[in-house]
Amino acid sequence: MAAKNLPPVWNKIAKHAMLPETNHDERARYNFLSNLNKHLAHVSQGNKVAFEKRVEPTFVKNNGRAIASVDELGEAISKDSHYQIWSSLRRSTMEMRQQAGRSIVLRQAEELRDKAEKLNKGKSTLVLDPNCKVPEYLLAVDNHLMPGSYHTELIEGDVTPAANYDSGIFVTTAGLLGRFNDGGGKAIASWVKKTYTDFAPKRILDIGCGMGHNVLPIAKAFPDAEVIAIDTGAPMLRYAHARAIDLGITNVTFMQMDAAMTTFENESFDWIQSTMFFHETGGKSIYKIMKEIHRILKPGGLTLHIEQPQYTNDMSLFEKFIRDWDALNNSEPYWSKMHDIDPKELMVSSGFKEEDFMQIGAKAENDLDDGSQKADEPEDHGRSPIWNVFGAIKN
Amino acid sequence: MIDYIKLASSKSKGKRPYFHNDPAVERVLNITMAVAGELAVMRERMDTIERLLEKKGLVSQEEIDNYIPETKEEETQRQTWHSEYISRVLRIVQQEMEELENPDKTIAEIANDINKM
Repeated sequence: MAAKNLPPVWNKIAKHAMLPETNHDERARYNFLSNLNKHLAHVSQGNKVAFEKRVEPTFVKNNGRAIASVDELGEAISKDSHYQIWSSLRRSTMEMRQQAGRSIVLRQAEELRDKAEKLNKGKSTLVLDPNCKVPEYLLAVDNHLMPGSYHTELIEGDVTPAANYDSGIFVTTAGLLGRFNDGGGKAIASWVKKTYTDFAPKRILDIGCGMGHNVLPIAKAFPDAEVIAIDTGAPMLRYAHARAIDLGITNVTFMQMDAAMTTFENESFDWIQSTMFFHETGGKSIYKIMKEIHRILKPGGLTLHIEQPQYTNDMSLFEKFIRDWDALNNSEPYWSKMHDIDPKELMVSSGFKEEDFMQIGAKAENDLDDGSQKADEPEDHGRSPIWNVFGAIKN
Repeated sequence: MIDYIKLASSKSKGKRPYFHNDPAVERVLNITMAVAGELAVMRERMDTIERLLEKKGLVSQEEIDNYIPETKEEETQRQTWHSEYISRVLRIVQQEMEELENPDKTIAEIANDINKM
């Protein structure tokens, strides 16, 4: 008898020249953490039971009324022993994942830098700009507990933040994004091809591309398009470019640029895409970036943004609270604010027409899915590969 | 060369959240989970060794699974290992019991005592 819903072993991850070398115990450590992540998704289900059976009745008894806000709920549940142990185990697991990844990549920082330099040398498709400033919202926090975030260089020409991200996201998501961690990019490329059968974009822009995992499926789906991927983190771009070259994808130019103030001409892109990007920006920047997207998108052009689900009025206080847990305790703080923004309002205030707004659901395309990873698994709000996509065709 | 051991365990920005009433619980739990992880790593390494031995025809996994100590000496060695191991892991519980049975002075008090000796 086989156990249910086992995550794939780490060595199923797709190999390429930039993937950090790992030894036996480093892979074993990642395997342990994938399983621990998966296990804790089950433990998480106990939070709802504890809330309904203990936390809420106690609150009602003591206060003579129901819990009125997410903050009140947070205060009440913070004293519950199940919530406490789940929270501390989950936090601990995420810290261990960072430690495990960093211990792999930092010991080979120079070798990884050299590999990237070799692949990137003399290529016009990597454009770094030393004058590009890392936005304040990225300097303020280390998103998902990644010390030094995307931009910090421990050595000259560093690529370790990206190597850590690439090797570790497979663990955090328990392999649900597929061998290349590209389930998001694949899903959006397939949807666009299926929905707009005549769409033949000449220029595509991916914003906040990181290590490029989601832009490559798009570039592959539209091989005749000129694809540009921007990010402010030089280590991510060096790695992304080297990885793309090694994987044989040559129609992407990686450029160091702030999405809020690009150097692109008005109406110069047919498709502008972002994947899990906006929830790592900031309250004012999100509007600046959307205005910039409107400026550089051609009339008739398409823009799509894969994001975490928004909060809706019919969502219970508990669901809102537990969805916010990752935002606050896995350090993705803007996520806890962004869900109060109506994406339609965001787009309309940036120049898009209300009637052009669209919203769809997306699920990662996973090349490792052999049916053993069942859909009846509890939804893990922090890591689930099920997203909200919003966007518009500019008219 | 960067200090990769220290940097691997760096803290990320922002005050770390603590979930238990006593932060000491959080601290111990984090250390325990790290050890649990390392035990899993060791278990996987043993699994690799067993499989390699079997593939090379030296020892089969069945032989390992069915192995029982053959002599009194082997029995004693094994049980001694377990006894020592448990005592090591639960050291603090034993020390708290000893303290309970024999309430002790603080080292500062002993320092004052020694100062007079």
